[in-house]
Amino acid sequence: MEPSFIFGQFVGGLTAAMTLFLIASGLSLIFGVLRVLNFAHGSFYMIGAYLAWQIVQWIGPGGEGFWLAVLGAAVGVAVLGGVIERLLLRHLYRREELYQLLFTYALVLVIADMAKLVWGTQQFGVSRPPSLAGSFQVFDTTVPHYNLFLVLLGPAIALGFWYFLNRTRTGRMIRAAALDREMLGTLGANVDRLYTGMFMLGSFLAGLGGALVTPIKSIIPGMDVAIIVEAFIVVVIGGLGSFWGTFFGAIIYGQVLSFGILIFPRFSSFAVFALMAAVLILRPWGLFGRPISR
Amino acid sequence: MTHRIPWILIVFLAALCVPWLGSRFYTFLATDIAILALFAMSLNLLLGYTGLVSFGHAAYFGIGAYTCAILMQTAGVPFVFSFAAAGLVAGFFALVFGVFCVRLTKIYFAMLTLAFAQITWAICFKWNDVTGGEQGFSGVPLPDLSLMAAIPGLGGFRPPERFYFVVLALVALSFVVLRRIVESPFGRMLTVIRENPERAEFIGLHVRRYELAAFVLAGLFAGLAGALFGIFNRGVFPDLLYWTKSAEVLIMTLLGGMGSFWGPAVGALVLTLLNQQITAYTQYWPLVLGSVLIVLLFVFPGGIVGALSAAARRLRRA
Repeated sequence: MEPSFIFGQFVGGLTAAMTLFLIASGLSLIFGVLRVLNFAHGSFYMIGAYLAWQIVQWIGPGGEGFWLAVLGAAVGVAVLGGVIERLLLRHLYRREELYQLLFTYALVLVIADMAKLVWGTQQFGVSRPPSLAGSFQVFDTTVPHYNLFLVLLGPAIALGFWYFLNRTRTGRMIRAAALDREMLGTLGANVDRLYTGMFMLGSFLAGLGGALVTPIKSIIPGMDVAIIVEAFIVVVIGGLGSFWGTFFGAIIYGQVLSFGILIFPRFSSFAVFALMAAVLILRPWGLFGRPISR
Repeated sequence: MTHRIPWILIVFLAALCVPWLGSRFYTFLATDIAILALFAMSLNLLLGYTGLVSFGHAAYFGIGAYTCAILMQTAGVPFVFSFAAAGLVAGFFALVFGVFCVRLTKIYFAMLTLAFAQITWAICFKWNDVTGGEQGFSGVPLPDLSLMAAIPGLGGFRPPERFYFVVLALVALSFVVLRRIVESPFGRMLTVIRENPERAEFIGLHVRRYELAAFVLAGLFAGLAGALFGIFNRGVFPDLLYWTKSAEVLIMTLLGGMGSFWGPAVGALVLTLLNQQITAYTQYWPLVLGSVLIVLLFVFPGGIVGALSAAARRLRRA
């Protein structure tokens, strides 16, 4: 195998990993604090993609308006998430996990059909913004500027989050809520608002991820259920609720998938599931998580 | 409680009469319902009785379907043996996967069952030589039921209707066995584990071993249901094992009510009929299903049977 080919696979895997990280980090944050495994996270991602396409259509495709569309889509999804949390999900926190799981699954069904009602079933695509439309050559491999942007955005967002969670007052409250919700409430924090905020933030990340993949992936119905399984794998490998775990989980996932295709062409999707199962068997709390004492 | 109406017997007899209605479609629908009822009841052994949320139950349904279909079509094994083998193979895989799953609790248990189900799905999807890959394989033969022609009154029926009688008999038999299981001391122990696993551990129960046994039994019956489904569907496809299928059977169980023995069967009946009605008008069945599910979760957490029995209790008191 030539080095340039290996490098190409590596970059491909990294690009996939960083977009997946955006989505999985939202899933992991929501689980870490709210203890809800959100199946609808993939649906938020899909809505983000559709909204980005829609806004691009409104402001005219091809320009730097792309960035406005990305921001608009992410904010739109965050608002949607906030409404759902406030009106519905909130009432299920005290119920068994099964009810929360099935509620988010019901959202998957409803949102998927709503998207079909609004946008139909045809494929859509969005072109790269002109500022990142170029590409450069590294080791005889063409790397589009846009992909490089995605690869750099992942660590930037991860660092931003690290700062937010560890160095700000809200971040401390979020970590406290993850440990003991009742105690935090007793100490006078507004836990309800914190939960809504967290859910919106997680949804924002899903929407952002969905909007940012539109130049490299086509928007199709069914992208929601496909991505959620991948995001699950990532957070399980890294450790549910562990932020850096999600980051490295995404990188491992991207590389296993990217090189798995070379080694077992037909069973690369099998390899990532096997990795997920192996992690759950050996370290149920993930490679980077800590065991939950209960 | 003076006169208990033997509802179960009435329903069974009514189901037995379906082919005489003369509509192929009704028989088709009834076969579907009977098979899915068994599938949902098998899940409830875990969900309702042991308190384990499996998000990968479709794996065992699919394994059963593939086993039976491959044996019958490729190897030409008679139905009786293929059917039994489907249950055994599904049970075996449930044992292998279950050993790891029962070591985890709650959400991690659900995730690992999901992971194993997706692994099985990926294998079925890609292993073209054996499973037919993405296309699956169609044209699974109906079992040879020419013997049935000898039974007076059944001679005039076409093969799908004869198969319906077989399905009904096998499903009813499975229900009897399932009933015996949950009412046995073993079944009571499962309920103890559901209510309080720590306490069950303290009084000396080997909780994991009981959970594993329940997991294997649930997998076995799901496999039997899958075997029947493969034949009924005249084909087996990887979709049978996809995670959305596992979610569907959870919804069925919850809709009927996981707190009662017959709840999941009621859920299978209602959901199948509803699907039939809705899809005649609109293609947006998932939208309806999702909305029904949300209402169910917020208004009737006990499912249909739970709501009905609560209403009946209120009536009796009045």
